[in-house]
Amino acid sequence: MKGSLAKFWEGDLAWSWRHTPVAVVATVILLVMLVSAFGAGWIAPHNPFDLATIDLMDALKPPVWHQDGTAKYLLGTDSQGRDLLSAIMYGTRVSLLIGLASVILAMLIGIVLGLVSGYVGGRVDALIMRVADVQLSFPAILIALLIDGVARAVVPKDMHEIIAFPVLVGAIALAGWPQYARTVRGSTLVEKNREYVQAARVIGISKPVIMFRHVLPNVLGPVTVLATVHLATAIITEATLSFLGVGVPPTSPSLGTLIRIGNDFLFSGEWWITIFPGVALVLLVLSVNLLGDWLRDALNPRLN
Amino acid sequence: MSNVLELKSLSVEFPTRRGVLKALDEVSFSIAAGEVVGVVGESGAGKSLTGASIIGLLEPPGRICGGEILLEGRRIDQLPDDEMRRIRGREIGAIFQDPLTSLNPLYTVGQQIAETIVTHLPVSWAQARERAIELLEATGIPAARERIDHYPHQFSGGMRQRVVIALALAAEPKLIVADEPTTALDVSIQAQIIELLKRLCREQGTAVMLITHDMGVIAETADRVVVMYAGRVAEVGPVRDVIHAPRHPYTSGLMGSIPSVHQHAERLVQIDGAMPRLNAIPKGCAFNPRCPQVMPRCHLERPELMPAGSSRAACWLHDKENA
Amino acid sequence: MFAFIVRRLIQAVGVMLSVALLAFILFQYVGDPVTIMLGQDATEQDRVELRDKLGLNDPAVVQFYHFVLNAAQGEFGLSLRQGQKVSSLLRERLPATLELSFAAALIALVVGVPLGVYTALKRRGWLSQAVLAFSLLGVSLPTFLIGILLILVFSVQLGWLPSYGRGDTVKIGWWTTGLLTKDGWLHLILPAITLSLFQLTLVLRLVRSEMLEVLRADYIKFARARGLTKRAIHFGHALKNTLVPVITITGLQLGGIIAFAIVTETVFQWPGMGLLFIQAVQFADIPVMAAYLCLIALIFVVINLIVDLLYFVVDPRLRAGVGRSGGGH
Repeated sequence: MKGSLAKFWEGDLAWSWRHTPVAVVATVILLVMLVSAFGAGWIAPHNPFDLATIDLMDALKPPVWHQDGTAKYLLGTDSQGRDLLSAIMYGTRVSLLIGLASVILAMLIGIVLGLVSGYVGGRVDALIMRVADVQLSFPAILIALLIDGVARAVVPKDMHEIIAFPVLVGAIALAGWPQYARTVRGSTLVEKNREYVQAARVIGISKPVIMFRHVLPNVLGPVTVLATVHLATAIITEATLSFLGVGVPPTSPSLGTLIRIGNDFLFSGEWWITIFPGVALVLLVLSVNLLGDWLRDALNPRLN
Repeated sequence: MSNVLELKSLSVEFPTRRGVLKALDEVSFSIAAGEVVGVVGESGAGKSLTGASIIGLLEPPGRICGGEILLEGRRIDQLPDDEMRRIRGREIGAIFQDPLTSLNPLYTVGQQIAETIVTHLPVSWAQARERAIELLEATGIPAARERIDHYPHQFSGGMRQRVVIALALAAEPKLIVADEPTTALDVSIQAQIIELLKRLCREQGTAVMLITHDMGVIAETADRVVVMYAGRVAEVGPVRDVIHAPRHPYTSGLMGSIPSVHQHAERLVQIDGAMPRLNAIPKGCAFNPRCPQVMPRCHLERPELMPAGSSRAACWLHDKENA
Repeated sequence: MFAFIVRRLIQAVGVMLSVALLAFILFQYVGDPVTIMLGQDATEQDRVELRDKLGLNDPAVVQFYHFVLNAAQGEFGLSLRQGQKVSSLLRERLPATLELSFAAALIALVVGVPLGVYTALKRRGWLSQAVLAFSLLGVSLPTFLIGILLILVFSVQLGWLPSYGRGDTVKIGWWTTGLLTKDGWLHLILPAITLSLFQLTLVLRLVRSEMLEVLRADYIKFARARGLTKRAIHFGHALKNTLVPVITITGLQLGGIIAFAIVTETVFQWPGMGLLFIQAVQFADIPVMAAYLCLIALIFVVINLIVDLLYFVVDPRLRAGVGRSGGGH
């Protein structure tokens, strides 16, 4: 394990990373956010969900560098007296979880459908690609909204909060699978005619095994790049849905929900309640995008 | 006979991540007015780079790091881009390998030819169009008056290369650099195109630098030939002499490896090994690891081009003083 | 070419029908329309009567047929939330969304294309790097956040521009426009900029990468070898070849703008279709959702068709049918 880690560090990818300052900075920012998000339980100065620790008298306090600010609440508090910094940490966790889950789900669906479509061909292929094409001509947010809306209509009101998370993940994933499917299908078509696949068929290895064991590894490169781009999109989509009020409910808010809540206070002067979660969101997405850009350039064989 | 083009110790280098690579190392030869000079060598020997340097289209990070390029006696390797642009097309024309991608698919053939003429010569667009029709006719395209308004995709491969030739000759240059002009064409058409190029250039008095790896074409067309190896010139001389009486061991190997209908050989002659990569050029003569007549001196000193019969060869075998 | 148009039309109809099917399924089976209309306490008698009246006892295919017929005439029934006819609601809101979308699209193109060309031609200049950094930011900023930031700066802090609604509008026929009043224009500025930003960065990056790709092409190399002026090469050859694929992709993105208007309209309380749709989703107002879906699909399909035709006009290779040889050697 240590040996292969060392080998990775010597390799081209790591070389490229070390020599691209932007990539390093982005990784650092991302790591900081990851740690503060998933370690929120231990690191956050307050617990914004523990009603016992919230003091209404501390409501609407400005950030520490303002006249009325205190070091107790570094970034200020919201209308209920909850610490903004802690809320942002927990919120980042929610945003990241939903984003990652959607991407993984979309990848799974897309890869499987892409492999099947490319390998089996014929009508199955035509059908899957048809659906993918039609879906791709509509913006993802619309599709996610639709799925979300239908879920709301079907499920009785009191269940809405419980199902919010899986519905959100499902909606974003379903909006995003076509890209993966298309890419994987393309690679599959190329690999299908390679000799090692023909050889495997002759020996009699079953189709699914060939697909997963042989074709899949060759496809992972472009899929990884796609995934990083998709992660950024997924996080933004979730934030947008939450901002619109059809995403994560305020009981366990994501960054988007926090922004929505804070938006009401924009005009009365308490700008920090909405701006700081916004900054956190931008930092998160920006670093993912930067990393994705770097990865794409580094993995591109042409640019050598 | 004055020289249209003269290369004096031209050197080109490429700074890369792993150090500076010397792609052309003191390349020297000349082309006289109206002459056809072939430049041959394996892939990677530096033929195309030489052509690119001459027309000033060396792709960065490549850059000229030494030597001179003289066009009719004046230096052109250090000219600002604006002046170089005026030379391109008007004094030096170029033809590239793939006629399909050399033409802009969104403009008619006539528009592209007329544009070139108008850029360099003080004529009106109408006059340029007439001249374009003449050029198309001269390159053997039937019904030129109609076809001048056709788009490139409406021509077949051989026809397109004729259009490309017409374009290269449009502004009446003194020299044409032709980089593998027939490689992308069907064998049956190759001869026609080469014949056309040779005839037109002879009529206009245009010199040609014909870059190719195909010795057959050179034998048919060139007056003199330059043999390149690993970014250096191995041999220069009249075509007949270089082919039938090669002076450099590499050229011998090259000639010997071409099967002839008259030969009665059991196997093709091969040169052992491969041309070295740019970052691993041996000390002394670049050919020394593969040379059947290698001497100790070859590993130490790099030979310059020295007289050898009616040609010149970069080989210590011909060093008469210290033989 | 005629065959091509016919084929695309058939495709378009196919897409519309599948969308209509989706909408129909939503309409009929998501939630019970009868309960929705009569409430929980209706008697069995009332239910049966309404079922019959609404044709809910007919076979599904017949119901679908009626649905499509109605949909084609714009008839989608009543909004569950507001009780008004869905079609009149949509008609009321359409102009607002369209004006906003076109304004945004215009900004995106007028600013995005030149910037894209500039950053491709002057790759290393500081301005290019700045623009590229800005474009990366533009892709990372969600639209609603941009709106909020703009409101914070221009409405709250500076007080220059309004942040709510459309302002004074003028009614012409069934269309209401905000373009004829100064107030209307003032109200349009911030939302239009917000909506355009994402598309702008997309267009910018697209034009840039296309142009860079084109500049590497052989025919550009050959053009340079012929000594054509930089201007002729960049703007005569490279630009024309760049714009061909860009036109089509941008046209398709226009549909995206109309959809993204949902977010912008929410932030600025702009009374358009998007805001209507969001309220419908929040309320589970199925008829409105279904109608919006069909309308959006129609707009998309029409745009796709126009873009395909445009491609034909612009690229001579498609006109003659690719691969037609001129004959002879």
